[in-house]
Amino acid sequence: MNEHRLRIYRTEGVVLARRDWGEADRLVTLFSPSHGKLRAVAPGARKPQTRKSGHLELFTRGHFVLAKGRTFDKITQAHTEAYYPRLRSDLQGVARAALACELVDRFVPEGDTHPPLYDLLARTLERLDAGEPPDVTMLFYQVRLLALVGFAPNLTTCVLCGQPLMPADHAFSHDEGGVVCMSCATPGLRLRPLPLPALKVLRFLQAAAWPTARRLRLDPFTRRHVTALLHQYTAHVLEREPRSARFLREISAHDR
Amino acid sequence: MSAPEGALPTSVARLIEELSKLPGIGPKTASRLTFYLLRAPDEQVNALAEAVRALKLGLVECERCCHIAESSPCAICRDEGREQSVVCVVEDPLDVVAIERTGAYRGLYHVLHGAISPVEGILPQDLRIAQLIARLDREPIREVILATNPSLEGETTATYIVRQIGDRPIRVTRLARGLPMGGDLEYADEMTLIRALEGRSEVQ
Repeated sequence: MNEHRLRIYRTEGVVLARRDWGEADRLVTLFSPSHGKLRAVAPGARKPQTRKSGHLELFTRGHFVLAKGRTFDKITQAHTEAYYPRLRSDLQGVARAALACELVDRFVPEGDTHPPLYDLLARTLERLDAGEPPDVTMLFYQVRLLALVGFAPNLTTCVLCGQPLMPADHAFSHDEGGVVCMSCATPGLRLRPLPLPALKVLRFLQAAAWPTARRLRLDPFTRRHVTALLHQYTAHVLEREPRSARFLREISAHDR
Repeated sequence: MSAPEGALPTSVARLIEELSKLPGIGPKTASRLTFYLLRAPDEQVNALAEAVRALKLGLVECERCCHIAESSPCAICRDEGREQSVVCVVEDPLDVVAIERTGAYRGLYHVLHGAISPVEGILPQDLRIAQLIARLDREPIREVILATNPSLEGETTATYIVRQIGDRPIRVTRLARGLPMGGDLEYADEMTLIRALEGRSEVQ
Protein backbone atom coordinates (compact mmCIF):
# COMPACT_ATOMS: atom_id res chain seq x y z
CA MET A 1 0.00 0.00 0.00
CA ASN A 2 1.24 3.53 -0.75
CA GLU A 3 2.82 4.86 2.43
CA HIS A 4 1.22 8.27 1.91
CA ARG A 5 -2.24 6.74 2.25
CA LEU A 6 -1.46 5.40 5.69
CA ARG A 7 -2.44 7.46 8.69
CA ILE A 8 0.91 6.82 10.33
CA TYR A 9 4.18 7.32 8.51
CA ARG A 10 7.83 7.43 9.47
CA THR A 11 10.63 9.52 8.09
CA GLU A 12 14.14 10.69 8.70
CA GLY A 13 14.59 14.44 8.99
CA VAL A 14 16.44 17.50 10.23
CA VAL A 15 14.70 19.99 12.53
CA LEU A 16 14.86 23.29 10.63
CA ALA A 17 12.74 25.43 12.91
CA ARG A 18 10.32 25.16 15.80
CA ARG A 19 8.07 27.47 17.68
CA ASP A 20 5.74 27.33 20.62
CA TRP A 21 2.24 26.28 19.73
CA GLY A 22 -0.86 26.30 21.90
CA GLU A 23 -0.60 25.65 25.62
CA ALA A 24 2.39 23.29 25.75
CA ASP A 25 2.94 22.08 22.16
CA ARG A 26 5.58 22.87 19.57
CA LEU A 27 5.16 23.42 15.85
CA VAL A 28 8.22 21.82 14.26
CA THR A 29 9.48 22.33 10.71
CA LEU A 30 11.20 19.16 9.50
CA PHE A 31 13.14 18.63 6.31
CA SER A 32 12.82 15.03 5.23
CA PRO A 33 14.40 13.27 2.25
CA SER A 34 11.16 11.42 1.51
CA HIS A 35 8.46 13.96 2.45
CA GLY A 36 10.26 17.24 1.83
CA LYS A 37 9.70 20.20 4.11
CA LEU A 38 6.79 19.63 6.47
CA ARG A 39 5.38 21.27 9.53
CA ALA A 40 4.05 19.08 12.30
CA VAL A 41 2.81 19.56 15.84
CA ALA A 42 4.59 17.86 18.70
CA PRO A 43 1.90 17.68 21.40
CA GLY A 44 3.09 18.48 24.90
CA ALA A 45 6.69 19.03 23.75
CA ARG A 46 7.20 21.94 26.13
CA LYS A 47 6.35 20.00 29.27
CA PRO A 48 9.44 18.94 31.26
CA GLN A 49 8.39 15.31 31.45
CA THR A 50 7.94 14.97 27.70
CA ARG A 51 9.85 12.21 25.95
CA LYS A 52 10.13 14.11 22.71
CA SER A 53 11.50 17.61 23.28
CA GLY A 54 15.16 16.55 23.49
CA HIS A 55 14.81 14.90 20.10
CA LEU A 56 13.19 17.97 18.57
CA GLU A 57 15.91 20.51 19.22
CA LEU A 58 17.00 22.70 16.29
CA PHE A 59 19.48 21.14 13.82
CA THR A 60 18.92 17.63 15.23
CA ARG A 61 18.80 14.84 12.66
CA GLY A 62 16.58 11.98 13.67
CA HIS A 63 13.86 9.51 12.86
CA PHE A 64 10.28 10.57 13.37
CA VAL A 65 6.93 8.85 13.40
CA LEU A 66 4.05 11.08 12.38
CA ALA A 67 0.30 10.71 12.28
CA LYS A 68 -1.72 12.48 9.61
CA GLY A 69 -3.73 15.37 11.00
CA ARG A 70 -6.25 17.81 9.61
CA THR A 71 -4.17 20.99 9.60
CA PHE A 72 -0.81 19.68 10.75
CA ASP A 73 0.47 16.15 11.14
CA LYS A 74 1.38 15.08 14.67
CA ILE A 75 4.81 13.87 15.75
CA THR A 76 4.12 10.80 17.86
CA GLN A 77 7.66 9.48 18.24
CA ALA A 78 11.10 10.99 17.78
CA HIS A 79 14.54 9.52 18.03
CA THR A 80 17.82 11.40 17.60
CA GLU A 81 20.40 10.12 15.10
CA ALA A 82 22.81 13.04 15.33
CA TYR A 83 22.75 15.90 17.81
CA TYR A 84 25.94 17.68 16.65
CA PRO A 85 27.09 18.68 20.13
CA ARG A 86 30.32 20.34 19.02
CA LEU A 87 28.74 22.86 16.73
CA ARG A 88 26.32 23.79 19.52
CA SER A 89 29.11 24.60 21.92
CA ASP A 90 30.11 27.89 20.33
CA LEU A 91 28.09 30.83 19.08
CA GLN A 92 29.55 30.87 15.59
CA GLY A 93 28.78 27.15 15.20
CA VAL A 94 25.18 27.78 16.22
CA ALA A 95 24.97 30.77 13.88
CA ARG A 96 26.31 28.78 10.92
CA ALA A 97 23.99 25.83 11.54
CA ALA A 98 21.08 28.26 11.90
CA LEU A 99 21.94 29.85 8.56
CA ALA A 100 22.23 26.45 6.86
CA CYS A 101 18.78 25.44 8.15
CA GLU A 102 17.15 28.81 7.49
CA LEU A 103 18.29 28.79 3.85
CA VAL A 104 16.63 25.40 3.28
CA ASP A 105 13.52 26.63 5.10
CA ARG A 106 13.30 29.73 2.91
CA PHE A 107 14.19 28.17 -0.43
CA VAL A 108 12.14 24.97 -0.24
CA PRO A 109 8.34 25.17 -0.45
CA GLU A 110 6.34 22.95 1.89
CA GLY A 111 5.91 19.40 0.58
CA ASP A 112 8.71 19.70 -1.98
CA THR A 113 10.98 16.64 -1.75
CA HIS A 114 14.61 17.26 -2.52
CA PRO A 115 16.87 14.35 -1.50
CA PRO A 116 20.16 15.86 -2.82
CA LEU A 117 19.50 19.04 -0.83
CA TYR A 118 18.72 16.98 2.26
CA ASP A 119 22.00 15.16 1.80
CA LEU A 120 23.86 18.46 1.41
CA LEU A 121 22.31 19.89 4.59
CA ALA A 122 22.99 16.75 6.67
CA ARG A 123 26.59 16.60 5.46
CA THR A 124 27.11 20.30 6.13
CA LEU A 125 25.93 19.92 9.73
CA GLU A 126 28.26 16.92 10.09
CA ARG A 127 31.17 18.90 8.68
CA LEU A 128 30.54 21.86 10.97
CA ASP A 129 30.35 19.48 13.92
CA ALA A 130 33.48 17.59 12.89
CA GLY A 131 35.56 20.78 12.89
CA GLU A 132 36.04 21.01 9.11
CA PRO A 133 37.13 24.52 8.02
CA PRO A 134 33.90 26.43 8.81
CA ASP A 135 34.24 29.25 6.26
CA VAL A 136 34.89 26.87 3.35
CA THR A 137 32.12 24.54 4.60
CA MET A 138 29.59 27.38 4.52
CA LEU A 139 30.73 28.79 1.17
CA PHE A 140 30.60 25.31 -0.38
CA TYR A 141 27.15 24.81 1.12
CA GLN A 142 25.77 28.09 -0.18
CA VAL A 143 27.13 27.62 -3.70
CA ARG A 144 25.80 24.05 -3.92
CA LEU A 145 22.44 24.97 -2.40
CA LEU A 146 21.94 27.77 -4.95
CA ALA A 147 22.66 25.27 -7.74
CA LEU A 148 20.27 22.67 -6.32
CA VAL A 149 17.39 25.11 -5.96
CA GLY A 150 17.90 26.48 -9.47
CA PHE A 151 19.65 29.76 -8.74
CA ALA A 152 23.25 28.86 -9.61
CA PRO A 153 24.97 32.06 -10.74
CA ASN A 154 26.34 31.93 -14.28
CA LEU A 155 30.11 32.06 -13.90
CA THR A 156 31.30 30.91 -17.34
CA THR A 157 29.82 33.36 -19.85
CA CYS A 158 28.79 37.00 -19.63
CA VAL A 159 25.10 37.12 -18.72
CA LEU A 160 24.57 40.08 -21.08
CA CYS A 161 26.55 39.30 -24.26
CA GLY A 162 26.97 35.55 -23.81
CA GLN A 163 30.69 35.63 -24.62
CA PRO A 164 32.98 33.28 -22.65
CA LEU A 165 34.70 35.11 -19.80
CA MET A 166 38.40 35.99 -20.14
CA PRO A 167 40.63 35.44 -17.10
CA ALA A 168 40.35 39.02 -15.80
CA ASP A 169 38.50 41.09 -13.25
CA HIS A 170 34.78 41.30 -14.03
CA ALA A 171 31.54 42.45 -12.39
CA PHE A 172 28.60 40.58 -10.89
CA SER A 173 24.94 41.35 -11.44
CA HIS A 174 22.47 40.18 -8.79
CA ASP A 175 19.59 41.07 -11.10
CA GLU A 176 20.91 38.95 -13.97
CA GLY A 177 22.25 36.18 -11.71
CA GLY A 178 25.80 36.01 -12.98
CA VAL A 179 28.98 37.61 -14.23
CA VAL A 180 29.05 40.62 -16.54
CA CYS A 181 32.19 41.10 -18.65
CA MET A 182 33.98 44.45 -18.55
CA SER A 183 32.85 45.44 -22.07
CA CYS A 184 29.20 45.07 -21.01
CA ALA A 185 29.69 46.62 -17.57
CA THR A 186 28.31 50.06 -18.37
CA PRO A 187 27.52 52.63 -15.71
CA GLY A 188 23.86 52.58 -14.76
CA LEU A 189 23.74 48.80 -14.33
CA ARG A 190 23.59 47.65 -10.72
CA LEU A 191 26.87 45.74 -10.53
CA ARG A 192 29.43 44.83 -7.90
CA PRO A 193 33.08 44.25 -8.73
CA LEU A 194 34.22 40.66 -9.05
CA PRO A 195 38.01 40.30 -8.89
CA LEU A 196 39.47 37.33 -10.76
CA PRO A 197 40.51 35.39 -7.56
CA ALA A 198 36.91 35.60 -6.26
CA LEU A 199 35.54 34.35 -9.60
CA LYS A 200 38.00 31.44 -9.53
CA VAL A 201 36.93 30.50 -6.00
CA LEU A 202 33.24 30.55 -6.95
CA ARG A 203 33.87 28.39 -10.02
CA PHE A 204 35.98 26.00 -7.98
CA LEU A 205 33.21 25.67 -5.35
CA GLN A 206 30.64 24.99 -8.07
CA ALA A 207 32.71 22.19 -9.61
CA ALA A 208 34.93 20.55 -6.96
CA ALA A 209 33.91 17.58 -4.84
CA TRP A 210 34.11 18.15 -1.07
CA PRO A 211 37.38 16.24 -0.44
CA THR A 212 39.09 18.66 -2.85
CA ALA A 213 37.06 21.74 -1.88
CA ARG A 214 37.88 21.38 1.81
CA ARG A 215 41.55 21.98 1.05
CA LEU A 216 40.78 25.44 -0.32
CA ARG A 217 42.82 28.16 1.36
CA LEU A 218 41.47 31.67 1.05
CA ASP A 219 43.26 34.94 1.63
CA PRO A 220 41.19 37.21 3.91
CA PHE A 221 40.31 39.66 1.10
CA THR A 222 38.96 36.97 -1.26
CA ARG A 223 37.11 35.23 1.60
CA ARG A 224 35.37 38.45 2.60
CA HIS A 225 34.56 39.21 -1.02
CA VAL A 226 33.10 35.79 -1.83
CA THR A 227 31.20 35.62 1.48
CA ALA A 228 29.66 39.07 0.96
CA LEU A 229 28.77 38.33 -2.68
CA LEU A 230 27.03 35.07 -1.79
CA HIS A 231 25.15 36.68 1.12
CA GLN A 232 23.97 39.57 -1.05
CA TYR A 233 23.04 37.33 -3.98
CA THR A 234 21.11 34.96 -1.69
CA ALA A 235 19.30 37.88 -0.04
CA HIS A 236 18.49 39.25 -3.52
CA VAL A 237 16.99 35.93 -4.65
CA LEU A 238 15.04 35.52 -1.40
CA GLU A 239 14.04 39.19 -1.45
CA ARG A 240 15.20 39.54 2.17
CA GLU A 241 18.27 38.87 4.23
CA PRO A 242 18.08 35.63 6.23
CA ARG A 243 17.85 36.48 9.94
CA SER A 244 20.67 34.15 10.90
CA ALA A 245 22.98 35.77 8.33
CA ARG A 246 22.72 39.00 10.29
CA PHE A 247 23.29 37.08 13.51
CA LEU A 248 26.38 35.35 12.08
CA ARG A 249 27.76 38.69 10.91
CA GLU A 250 27.28 40.31 14.32
CA ILE A 251 28.77 37.37 16.21
CA SER A 252 31.75 37.15 13.84
CA ALA A 253 32.37 40.90 14.17
CA HIS A 254 32.24 40.55 17.94
CA ASP A 255 34.79 37.72 17.88
CA ARG A 256 37.29 39.56 15.74
CA MET B 1 -11.00 33.66 8.72
CA SER B 2 -12.73 36.98 9.20
CA ALA B 3 -16.50 37.12 8.94
CA PRO B 4 -17.97 38.56 5.72
CA GLU B 5 -18.49 42.31 5.88
CA GLY B 6 -21.67 43.18 7.73
CA ALA B 7 -22.26 39.63 9.00
CA LEU B 8 -21.33 40.69 12.54
CA PRO B 9 -21.66 44.02 14.37
CA THR B 10 -18.39 46.02 14.22
CA SER B 11 -17.73 45.74 17.98
CA VAL B 12 -17.97 41.93 17.88
CA ALA B 13 -15.80 41.64 14.77
CA ARG B 14 -13.26 43.99 16.34
CA LEU B 15 -12.95 41.96 19.54
CA ILE B 16 -12.58 38.73 17.52
CA GLU B 17 -9.82 40.35 15.50
CA GLU B 18 -8.00 41.67 18.58
CA LEU B 19 -8.24 38.34 20.46
CA SER B 20 -6.97 36.37 17.49
CA LYS B 21 -3.74 38.39 17.61
CA LEU B 22 -2.90 36.71 20.95
CA PRO B 23 -0.42 33.81 20.92
CA GLY B 24 -2.07 30.39 20.71
CA ILE B 25 -5.48 31.85 19.85
CA GLY B 26 -6.82 31.30 16.37
CA PRO B 27 -9.91 32.88 14.79
CA LYS B 28 -12.18 30.04 15.98
CA THR B 29 -11.13 30.33 19.64
CA ALA B 30 -11.32 34.13 19.37
CA SER B 31 -14.91 33.88 18.12
CA ARG B 32 -15.82 31.46 20.92
CA LEU B 33 -14.32 33.73 23.59
CA THR B 34 -16.07 36.77 22.12
CA PHE B 35 -19.48 35.10 22.16
CA TYR B 36 -18.84 33.81 25.68
CA LEU B 37 -18.15 37.40 26.80
CA LEU B 38 -21.25 38.61 24.97
CA ARG B 39 -23.34 36.29 27.14
CA ALA B 40 -21.35 36.81 30.37
CA PRO B 41 -22.61 39.13 33.16
CA ASP B 42 -21.68 42.81 32.78
CA GLU B 43 -19.52 42.73 35.94
CA GLN B 44 -17.34 39.98 34.54
CA VAL B 45 -16.86 41.75 31.22
CA ASN B 46 -16.11 45.05 32.94
CA ALA B 47 -13.62 43.40 35.30
CA LEU B 48 -11.80 41.90 32.32
CA ALA B 49 -11.81 45.20 30.43
CA GLU B 50 -10.52 47.02 33.51
CA ALA B 51 -7.78 44.41 34.08
CA VAL B 52 -6.62 44.72 30.47
CA ARG B 53 -6.71 48.50 30.62
CA ALA B 54 -4.80 48.64 33.91
CA LEU B 55 -2.22 46.07 32.78
CA LYS B 56 0.29 48.51 31.44
CA LEU B 57 -0.61 51.49 33.58
CA GLY B 58 1.82 51.94 36.44
CA LEU B 59 3.85 48.89 35.43
CA VAL B 60 7.59 49.47 35.29
CA GLU B 61 10.69 47.44 34.69
CA CYS B 62 12.83 47.14 37.81
CA GLU B 63 15.97 49.22 37.30
CA ARG B 64 18.03 46.58 39.05
CA CYS B 65 16.79 43.17 37.88
CA CYS B 66 14.62 44.15 34.85
CA HIS B 67 11.67 42.15 36.27
CA ILE B 68 8.24 43.70 35.69
CA ALA B 69 7.00 45.43 38.82
CA GLU B 70 4.67 48.07 40.18
CA SER B 71 7.59 50.10 41.43
CA SER B 72 11.33 50.14 40.95
CA PRO B 73 13.26 48.54 42.61
CA CYS B 74 10.84 45.59 42.65
CA ALA B 75 9.65 43.78 45.79
CA ILE B 76 12.29 41.05 45.43
CA CYS B 77 15.15 43.54 45.03
CA ARG B 78 13.86 45.56 48.01
CA ASP B 79 13.72 42.49 50.27
CA GLU B 80 16.85 42.79 52.44
CA GLY B 81 16.29 39.31 53.81
CA ARG B 82 17.35 37.82 50.48
CA GLU B 83 20.89 36.83 49.77
CA GLN B 84 22.40 39.82 47.95
CA SER B 85 25.44 38.04 46.52
CA VAL B 86 23.66 35.48 44.30
CA VAL B 87 21.86 36.34 41.07
CA CYS B 88 19.72 33.89 39.15
CA VAL B 89 19.51 34.79 35.45
CA VAL B 90 16.24 33.81 33.75
CA GLU B 91 14.73 34.35 30.32
CA ASP B 92 11.26 35.61 31.26
CA PRO B 93 9.30 37.04 34.19
CA LEU B 94 7.30 33.80 34.37
CA ASP B 95 10.53 31.92 35.10
CA VAL B 96 10.89 34.04 38.27
CA VAL B 97 7.42 32.88 39.28
CA ALA B 98 8.37 29.23 38.62
CA ILE B 99 11.53 29.43 40.74
CA GLU B 100 9.83 31.43 43.50
CA ARG B 101 7.13 28.75 43.69
CA THR B 102 9.76 26.20 44.74
CA GLY B 103 10.64 28.28 47.83
CA ALA B 104 14.14 26.82 47.51
CA TYR B 105 15.91 29.96 46.30
CA ARG B 106 16.49 33.07 48.39
CA GLY B 107 18.80 35.11 46.19
CA LEU B 108 18.14 37.82 43.59
CA TYR B 109 17.13 37.60 39.92
CA HIS B 110 17.97 39.11 36.60
CA VAL B 111 15.37 38.88 33.82
CA LEU B 112 16.73 38.92 30.25
CA HIS B 113 13.34 39.23 28.52
CA GLY B 114 14.09 36.54 25.95
CA ALA B 115 16.94 34.42 24.68
CA ILE B 116 19.42 34.78 21.84
CA SER B 117 17.87 33.22 18.74
CA PRO B 118 19.69 33.24 15.41
CA VAL B 119 16.62 31.87 13.64
CA GLU B 120 14.30 34.56 15.00
CA GLY B 121 16.98 37.22 14.68
CA ILE B 122 17.12 37.98 18.42
CA LEU B 123 20.60 39.35 19.10
CA PRO B 124 22.41 39.80 22.44
CA GLN B 125 21.76 43.55 22.32
CA ASP B 126 17.99 42.90 22.19
CA LEU B 127 18.20 41.40 25.70
CA ARG B 128 19.09 42.83 29.14
CA ILE B 129 22.59 41.32 29.07
CA ALA B 130 24.46 44.64 29.17
CA GLN B 131 22.42 45.57 32.27
CA LEU B 132 23.46 42.28 33.90
CA ILE B 133 27.15 42.86 33.23
CA ALA B 134 26.91 46.45 34.53
CA ARG B 135 25.21 45.06 37.63
CA LEU B 136 28.04 42.59 38.23
CA ASP B 137 30.49 45.48 38.22
CA ARG B 138 28.33 47.53 40.56
CA GLU B 139 27.08 45.05 43.15
CA PRO B 140 28.92 42.61 45.44
CA ILE B 141 27.80 39.54 43.49
CA ARG B 142 29.71 36.30 44.10
CA GLU B 143 27.64 33.83 42.12
CA VAL B 144 25.62 33.96 38.92
CA ILE B 145 23.22 31.06 38.37
CA LEU B 146 22.37 30.70 34.68
CA ALA B 147 18.77 29.46 34.63
CA THR B 148 18.03 29.93 30.94
CA ASN B 149 16.02 27.14 29.31
CA PRO B 150 17.83 23.91 28.36
CA SER B 151 17.13 24.64 24.68
CA LEU B 152 19.43 25.73 21.90
CA GLU B 153 18.47 29.37 22.51
CA GLY B 154 18.92 29.07 26.27
CA GLU B 155 22.29 27.35 25.92
CA THR B 156 23.47 29.92 23.37
CA THR B 157 22.45 32.73 25.72
CA ALA B 158 24.26 31.07 28.64
CA THR B 159 27.43 30.63 26.53
CA TYR B 160 27.29 34.27 25.51
CA ILE B 161 26.84 35.48 29.10
CA VAL B 162 29.75 33.32 30.31
CA ARG B 163 31.90 34.97 27.65
CA GLN B 164 30.75 38.44 28.72
CA ILE B 165 31.45 37.76 32.39
CA GLY B 166 34.99 36.82 31.33
CA ASP B 167 37.54 36.71 34.12
CA ARG B 168 35.57 38.63 36.73
CA PRO B 169 36.03 36.85 40.09
CA ILE B 170 32.48 35.47 40.05
CA ARG B 171 31.35 31.85 40.34
CA VAL B 172 29.15 31.02 37.35
CA THR B 173 26.85 28.00 37.66
CA ARG B 174 24.21 26.51 35.36
CA LEU B 175 21.01 24.82 36.51
CA ALA B 176 21.51 21.05 36.40
CA ARG B 177 20.13 19.40 33.29
CA GLY B 178 19.00 15.85 33.37
CA LEU B 179 16.05 13.57 33.86
CA PRO B 180 12.72 15.04 34.91
CA MET B 181 10.66 13.65 37.79
CA GLY B 182 8.41 10.89 36.52
CA GLY B 183 10.60 10.57 33.42
CA ASP B 184 11.61 7.39 31.71
CA LEU B 185 15.30 6.63 31.10
CA GLU B 186 14.59 4.54 28.06
CA TYR B 187 12.97 7.47 26.21
CA ALA B 188 15.53 10.12 27.16
CA ASP B 189 17.51 11.64 24.32
CA GLU B 190 21.28 11.19 24.31
CA MET B 191 22.07 14.78 25.24
CA THR B 192 19.83 14.69 28.31
CA LEU B 193 21.45 11.42 29.39
CA ILE B 194 24.95 12.81 28.86
CA ARG B 195 24.05 15.90 30.94
CA ALA B 196 22.45 13.73 33.60
CA LEU B 197 25.60 11.60 33.84
CA GLU B 198 27.84 14.69 33.93
CA GLY B 199 25.71 16.24 36.64
CA ARG B 200 25.33 13.10 38.79
CA SER B 201 25.65 13.68 42.50
CA GLU B 202 26.52 11.72 45.65
CA VAL B 203 23.56 9.98 47.25
CA GLN B 204 23.07 11.70 50.61
